[in-house]
Amino acid sequence: MTTRVGVVTFPGSLDDRDAQRAVRLAGAEPVALWHRDKDLHQVDAVVLPGGFSYGDYLRCGAISRFSPVMETVIEQAKLGMPVLGICNGFQVLCESHLLPGALTRNDSLHFVCRDQKLRIENAGTAWTRDYSAGQEIVVPLKNGEGRFVADEHVLDELEAEGRVVARYLDVNPNGSYRDIAGITNAAGNVVGLMPHPEHAVEPLTGPTVEGLGFFTSVLKQLVNA
Amino acid sequence: MSLDTVKNAEQTPDVAQPWAELGLKEDEYARIREILGRRPTGAELAMYSVMWSEHCSYKSSKVHLKQFGDKKPDSDAMLVGIGENAGVVDVGQGYAVTFKVESHNHPSYIEPYQGAATGIGGIVRDILAMGARPVAVMDPLRFGAADHPDTRRVLPGIVAGIGGYGNCLGLPNIGGEVVFDSCYQGNPLVNALCVGVMKHEDIHLAQASGAGNKVILYGARTGGDGIGGVSVLASETFDDTKPTKRPAVQVGDPFQEKLLIECTLEIFREKLVKGIQDLGGAGLSCATSELASAGSGGMRVELDTVPLRDTTLSPEEILMSESQERMCAIVEPDKVDRFLEICEKWDVIATVIGEVTDGERLEIFWHGELVVDVPPRTVAHEGPTYQRPYARPSWQDALQADAPTGERLARPTTGEGLKADLLKVAGSPNQASKSWITDQYDRYVLGNTVLSVGEDSGMIRIDEETNLGVSVATDGNGRYAKLDPYTGAQLALAEAYRNVAAGGAKPLAVSDCLNFGSPEDPDVMWQFAEATRGLADACLVLGTPVTGGNVSLYNQTGEVAIHPTPVVAVLGVIDDVTRRTPIAFTEEGQLLYLLGDTADELGGSAWSQVVHDHLGGLPPKVDLERERLLGDILIAASRDGMIDAAHDLSDGGLGQALVESCLKGGRGARIIVPEGMDPFVLLFSESAGRAVVAVPRSEELRFNDMCTARGLPATRIGVVDGESLDVQGQFTVSLAELKDAHTGVIEALLA
Repeated sequence: MTTRVGVVTFPGSLDDRDAQRAVRLAGAEPVALWHRDKDLHQVDAVVLPGGFSYGDYLRCGAISRFSPVMETVIEQAKLGMPVLGICNGFQVLCESHLLPGALTRNDSLHFVCRDQKLRIENAGTAWTRDYSAGQEIVVPLKNGEGRFVADEHVLDELEAEGRVVARYLDVNPNGSYRDIAGITNAAGNVVGLMPHPEHAVEPLTGPTVEGLGFFTSVLKQLVNA
Repeated sequence: MSLDTVKNAEQTPDVAQPWAELGLKEDEYARIREILGRRPTGAELAMYSVMWSEHCSYKSSKVHLKQFGDKKPDSDAMLVGIGENAGVVDVGQGYAVTFKVESHNHPSYIEPYQGAATGIGGIVRDILAMGARPVAVMDPLRFGAADHPDTRRVLPGIVAGIGGYGNCLGLPNIGGEVVFDSCYQGNPLVNALCVGVMKHEDIHLAQASGAGNKVILYGARTGGDGIGGVSVLASETFDDTKPTKRPAVQVGDPFQEKLLIECTLEIFREKLVKGIQDLGGAGLSCATSELASAGSGGMRVELDTVPLRDTTLSPEEILMSESQERMCAIVEPDKVDRFLEICEKWDVIATVIGEVTDGERLEIFWHGELVVDVPPRTVAHEGPTYQRPYARPSWQDALQADAPTGERLARPTTGEGLKADLLKVAGSPNQASKSWITDQYDRYVLGNTVLSVGEDSGMIRIDEETNLGVSVATDGNGRYAKLDPYTGAQLALAEAYRNVAAGGAKPLAVSDCLNFGSPEDPDVMWQFAEATRGLADACLVLGTPVTGGNVSLYNQTGEVAIHPTPVVAVLGVIDDVTRRTPIAFTEEGQLLYLLGDTADELGGSAWSQVVHDHLGGLPPKVDLERERLLGDILIAASRDGMIDAAHDLSDGGLGQALVESCLKGGRGARIIVPEGMDPFVLLFSESAGRAVVAVPRSEELRFNDMCTARGLPATRIGVVDGESLDVQGQFTVSLAELKDAHTGVIEALLA
């Protein structure tokens, strides 16, 4: 049976179709999930895509976090379902308290879109198993509020537990504390990532195809589970 | 104030009315009275004033714009022409593409962020209203001198506005232009282009037909913003002595627009609308009168049902408001419920505000009282037409006589001198890297962007199975057009055409945004007449019809007009986007060929501007047959894999093109100045009809044979090699030095 990966569309989600494409190219079946629908339609994993859900008014992700679909996503994430939040999705995961910390305005105060070098720090999560620890990849990054912040002790804890999934290399594009580009929960099934691996899945349209690993990783995770 | 009803207007013919304050001329007011056989009501006056504004009625320009129809080339590709929200072009495989470029110049000067943001919003709704999914945007921009303090106020706001709105809509920004020139100091140009894709059967038109069909207004609530935007703002020159016009600028909500896009596309999929129109300039006045005018009958609207942000708005204000993110649809009664259901799904407010009637009048009621009763055509399509006087400016001959000859402007004669000028040009604000700007735009969203930043054209894949794609380039050199508006407009088209072909796509159609000064100045009107004549003539030769666009006049502060700036967008189609040709030199050892003829043509050039701050002489000559031949060769070479890189030569000439292609690919080049050629002319001339290409050695014979057989001059000028640009016998400059000169320039000026 094909693995089913749900991609949630909130009002203002933008990269939902891109995430679906990445899921498809990785060999899984993308399933469109609607923010008002609590039902996850038997998916095996969920992607919360990038965008400006609810216009990023109030605070990024603050309104989406209360949508009906998120009730189920939060419940299932706690039971171990793999969940990947990209950009706005990462913000939703932080607002949902599935991940610690918060994403704030870039230190440059500008939206930034660039091809970003990353180092995969933790290749043991549900979404990074196809990488090796220390591997360097380049994927697009595009955000206005991508600066990861957290208390010192939270940061220390993330570092100590190996929960920093990816770190910015060469340039820190938004002022994230400790160059953090992505983190995971303690169980390793929930990952939040500011850069956009779904835009690096085809040589024609991406700077590389090094983003595909996030989507193939979850397939392996599910097949082996 | 009591309500000014039609009945009241009939009974009080002599009431003084504020027609002048609303931007109407005395004879125009008299004509309205003549059409109606009475004085207009306040609401009618409001409608006529916005719809008869220069911006909406094209009253000064339409006698010239007619040429785009009269001289239209035969083209099988045109599906919908001028007059609709945007033109539609057949690109094959059942797909149709719609695109249009429009100005939002005046609002962006007053309030840079919102002006530019709503410029994007407006053009995106035009594309959406044709039935298409918007898939990309582009922005041709013009600013005052890069080091002028006001540029620091205007530019960051405009860029943030374009990014803020476009990024939030999820539309990739795939290109555009940024040009600095002191002539735009008081009048920056913010043009916005959008491309949309649909299947042929999904094309929608702006017309209200079928008595009993409902008029549905949906999207944002109507507020007091943008009142008089098209009339008192966009159709007059700026004047320091008058109060600021900021309330006339609209305020955008991109989130609302994103919902509007998805909601509208779902409505299209279920085939629920008979006619549709977006609300932009002139708001509800425009939408109701244009829909009714283009349809078969009349229309009746209950204005008090319009959802408001501010309940104190008067009927006049509601009709004039340019609140953003609104659309108006004509829907058959049995489909209204489903229409409203889809709007509810997307949290979009939708209200039935009226219906199509079998009469011939547009009737608008306010709480049961008739406040507008007009023949809609007189509002929408039968506005005034002016034959503005025009004459060749007295200074034109002297300007053209001041040619940049070797005697007039000192030219570098040594290798070191050439190198210094090359670096100066590459590091000038106009030729320097624009990454500080383009990095604020999302170019990746939707995952179909094949070419974008720094390329000759922006290219989008439109079918993931077949790899069908389209590309767009916009160009317009105001310096050339100032020297000779006829040739300048043709050069704008030639460059955009060449840019599209250089990427490997076949040019199909044109959209134009004509930015000029005041039409009341005969000098400006001559520039306009010449530019439109030149463009229409050139479109006929190149076989690329004008599908639509817009005219922006009154771009002047006081007596000083901007350079005439016709911005031309060319749309092309490519059957297989994997065959596209980027500009980057990436493979060591590939051979560099210069295609076309290089003459001593420095008039209006980047070199003359950067090194001597000079503008005079004649722009480069145009040979449209040569442009077409060059285009054919570039397309064939791309399709058959004969070239790996191509870069058009335009501002800055070959020197600048080499700098860009080397830096983009991270590879150097060794250049040999051809026998008998002046190295200065080779590097800095801006002769049109040229490109530089990188040919793999295995393809050299085949490529040469093709050029020879077709009669296109192709000169081998060097090879991709090393880590520097080495012009043999003249100078060598390392990529690091080039990069240093070319990047960080804009940041340094704006920080």
